[in-house]
Amino acid sequence: MQDVNAILERGLAALQGVADQVELEQVKARFLGKSGEITELLKQLGKLPPEEKRTAGAVINQAKQQFENALNQQREQIAATALSRQLAAEALDVTLPGRGMPIAGLHPVTLTQQRIEGLFRSLGFEVADGPEIETDFHNFEALNIPKDHPARAMQDTFYVEGGDVLRTHTSPIQIRYMLNNPAPIKIIAPGRVYRVDSDATHSPMFHQMEGLWVDENVSFADLKAVVTDFLRQFFERDDLQVRFRPSFFPFTEPSAEIDVLGARGWLEVGGCGMVHPNVLKNVGIDSERYTGFAFGIGLDRFAMLYYGVNDLRLFFENDLTFLAQFR
Amino acid sequence: MKFSEQWLRSLVNPALDSEQLAHLLTMAGLEVEEQAPAAPPFSRVVVAEVLSLQKHENADRLNVCQVNIGEAEPIQIVCGASNVAAGLKVPCALVGAELPGDFKIRQAKVRGVESFGMLCSAKEIGLAEEADGLLVLPAEAPAGTLLRDYLQLDDVLLTLKLTPNRADCLSLQGLAREVSALTDTPSIVVDSTPVGVAHQAVLNVQLESPQACPRYTGRIIRGINFAAPTPDWMLRRLERSGLRSISAVVDVTNYVLLELGQPLHAFDLAKINGGVRVRFAAPGEALLLLNEKTIALSDDMLVIADDQGPLALAGIMGGNHSAVSVSTQDIFLESAFFAPEVIAGKSRRLGFGSDSSYRFERGVDFSATQAALERASRLIIDICGGEAGPVVEALAELPARPAVQLRLARLQRVIGVPFAAEQVLLMLRSLGMQCQLDGDEISVIPPAYRFDIEIEADLIEEVARLYGYENVPVRPPLARTEILPIPGKTRPSAALMQQMLVRDYQQVINYAFVDESWEANLLENAQPVRLQNPIASQMAVMRSSLMGGLLANLQHNLNRKQERVRIFEVGRVFHKTAEGYDQPEKLAALAFGALKPEQWGEVARRVDFFDVKADVEVLLANLPARFNRAEHSMLHPGRTAAIELNGRAIGVLGELHPRWVQQYALPAAPILFEIDLAAITSISLPQAANLSRFQPVRRDIAVLAPETLPVQAIMDSLNSEKASIISEIALFDLYRGKGVEEGMKSLAFRIVLQDMHKTLTDEEVEAAVSHLLAVLEQRHGAKLRI
Repeated sequence: MQDVNAILERGLAALQGVADQVELEQVKARFLGKSGEITELLKQLGKLPPEEKRTAGAVINQAKQQFENALNQQREQIAATALSRQLAAEALDVTLPGRGMPIAGLHPVTLTQQRIEGLFRSLGFEVADGPEIETDFHNFEALNIPKDHPARAMQDTFYVEGGDVLRTHTSPIQIRYMLNNPAPIKIIAPGRVYRVDSDATHSPMFHQMEGLWVDENVSFADLKAVVTDFLRQFFERDDLQVRFRPSFFPFTEPSAEIDVLGARGWLEVGGCGMVHPNVLKNVGIDSERYTGFAFGIGLDRFAMLYYGVNDLRLFFENDLTFLAQFR
Repeated sequence: MKFSEQWLRSLVNPALDSEQLAHLLTMAGLEVEEQAPAAPPFSRVVVAEVLSLQKHENADRLNVCQVNIGEAEPIQIVCGASNVAAGLKVPCALVGAELPGDFKIRQAKVRGVESFGMLCSAKEIGLAEEADGLLVLPAEAPAGTLLRDYLQLDDVLLTLKLTPNRADCLSLQGLAREVSALTDTPSIVVDSTPVGVAHQAVLNVQLESPQACPRYTGRIIRGINFAAPTPDWMLRRLERSGLRSISAVVDVTNYVLLELGQPLHAFDLAKINGGVRVRFAAPGEALLLLNEKTIALSDDMLVIADDQGPLALAGIMGGNHSAVSVSTQDIFLESAFFAPEVIAGKSRRLGFGSDSSYRFERGVDFSATQAALERASRLIIDICGGEAGPVVEALAELPARPAVQLRLARLQRVIGVPFAAEQVLLMLRSLGMQCQLDGDEISVIPPAYRFDIEIEADLIEEVARLYGYENVPVRPPLARTEILPIPGKTRPSAALMQQMLVRDYQQVINYAFVDESWEANLLENAQPVRLQNPIASQMAVMRSSLMGGLLANLQHNLNRKQERVRIFEVGRVFHKTAEGYDQPEKLAALAFGALKPEQWGEVARRVDFFDVKADVEVLLANLPARFNRAEHSMLHPGRTAAIELNGRAIGVLGELHPRWVQQYALPAAPILFEIDLAAITSISLPQAANLSRFQPVRRDIAVLAPETLPVQAIMDSLNSEKASIISEIALFDLYRGKGVEEGMKSLAFRIVLQDMHKTLTDEEVEAAVSHLLAVLEQRHGAKLRI
């Protein structure tokens, strides 16, 4: 039995300090292999008388168990050390920039348009579209702007050969929609429009968005509510002051300019009004049964206000340094 | 319209300050665009009389003046102005005065001589930008009076931006009427008592087109002093309305135009032969106008003619020949009503208008034609002397002002607020409307000066305006709600744009009008849609492709030191067709420079055709599109593909033609594509198939094919001949060079096989692959590469 303890002590000592799996296997073989020291002890058990065999067997097996435990522990430690060494070696500089393809951005006017479309969709407005070269009928006549009417001078018009016009507003989209769809109607119509005008605050091409709601009992009070709500949600300011100022558009009556109170006083941001009965008549909607409101805003203007852009022309220069800001 | 606030207040003077008055007008729909003081602030400037002057003993250009400032003793002032003279009345800034530009006047010694103030030029007191010498005041100006009072400088100039419907407010009288209604303040009606008739000379007036001119009044005033000066008060009001003084007679006509809104015209009686006819011009007639332009008259232009021919362009401008001048002694003064539709549009056609045409095309009060004539007669006789003859009036049928019905229920429905009948009656009557209440309907006859009240909606607007838009409640609407459809088989353009962003293309927005040479050269489009009135020659035609704009954007950004440009645009392009125009929406993109931004750990590589083709394939999603060799004027003939869907070309993809690379001085060729947006917005809805539970088998084959054989031909054969157990065939390698004969290429395909019901046997796999190899050899002479 002296032997057993001595062998176990030797074995445990041998395990101490073993640093790799190969060496560990050698130590294991020395004690637990076919002719390992502990194996030999077990082999000798057979030669002992039965009563001693039981006690000695228990002692040897206990020693074997102890050695195996130590062996496993050492194995795990070696593995843990190896793993942590590997992990240390594989460590990255995680502060290096990511690789690959970046993502680009939409034009700020498009971002603004999508934002506004989202707001109006939440109120059930569908998005409508139409051509940009328009007939005189759709751009003017149907909107209650007869030829030579002074109101035509309010919008300097581009004419194409043959007499059609580049639409001066998105209102012809409303006309087309009303001609093709029965009331009730609830649409917004964003798009490019054209006017003969060019300076720091005017571009010969710009973007408008109009809204139209025709139903049986749509009133001016509803118009005020929808436009005010929209402006406050768009600018994310519940206390935004909105003012409706009497004005004139041939296609609405009553008509109003929409002003918001900014840091430098009232700022005109759009026009609106109750759809003129003549317009409803022109598109075959019963103006006794239905009323409606319409409003129009300049998308470029809204984009300028929203993003703090101070020169309209930047929108159409398409300088990537400018555009890259809107991602 | 620009006018003096004091002038308005002489007709109606509500208890409001300038700011409040401007706000009132703006909120009533008469937008005050500008509000400016008549003179900048200054103090202690009085009318002074130069009593005597002496040369300054130490300075040649200075005078020492004794000046009467209305006090017992004159004061001494040293003055350097060249026009200073004894007896002159001039402005004098006293000691302690503050002048514009923060200039304070102190008692001072000027070269040793005491000076107790400063005699002023118009510039020094801010009345003019430039001045040459002292401002000389009228001799009767009382010395000692504050200059601000004497010249009525505490006035505000208001500029209104009037909408075309409110012609009735294009005069001081009209504005006074409106302010009176808005503030419930009485307004004064300008006196138009008829002048005494001193002789019986008349001109015969004939209305040859009574619809165009249903009312024409005129009178002869004989023996005027044409040279009489226009009185200061009138000059001041004209000046503050932005009008120059021309002559007393013309000034009076302008004054009455501003005061009453009625354009008038004074003819030199001596230049009129026979009677006056109001008629449309005859073909071939021409007229030299007051603006010294000779215009060819057309038969829709109304003229005032005598027996010999046209004298004036009715309602627009007088003729040069019959105009009053220094030699004029007798005048024929005209006040008429011309129908708006006859005047409308003419100024745009002629390229010039006038205060007169501006009013007539919007509508002039046809009930006050004669009142204006009397008012002007009075002023002319008061200023220029002369004797008036009887008024001659030619009258036909004036515009009707039929009654318009206003239903209170409709009013409430449109505005969203209930109104009491009494309240509405009060408002409408304050605007000069004749109203009759019958049940809950009001019958309204608008006054002659309101051309904008024709239907019920016009009255509803007036009520809302007087009630105040700000008083209409902001009330969220109650409405039926419905969920908006989202069609699953349609991709909105926003979704396509999103995919472009993910592929790193920045959205741009270009003008839709371009240089005609782009269309001609880049796109070989000789018949672009041309604008009649382009804003600039490089924006004269509508684009037929978005790619030209992208190329310009590339150049713009290369000039700004960008090295990698990836951009796209969505927009309409324009083509002429037999019926009119085709205006499809397109999506186009351009990629230039490195495929990826310069970065660590990547070998930089230029973007090429196939990189961009992958972007196009992403956009095409599950559409069965094909790419075929094609040609395009902008693109490299060997590196261009038509994008085809169901046999129809829906777009083009390619590398910029070396010719344009050179012409645009680009460092390398960009890759471009353009697709018809409508063709790719409809996709098929994915339908899920059952998955096989059995292992797939992969076989790779490499074949040698002639260089000239497109891969598509091989793919087509493989796909049409493949056994049902083949689930995928894809090209994964293309090799040329060592081991492959010149003129040949090696193509390696991955073939994946899988069966739904069982594990495939080697024999089945081999049979399927061998069949494909046999097809390739037979059809294309492509042999297995060993």
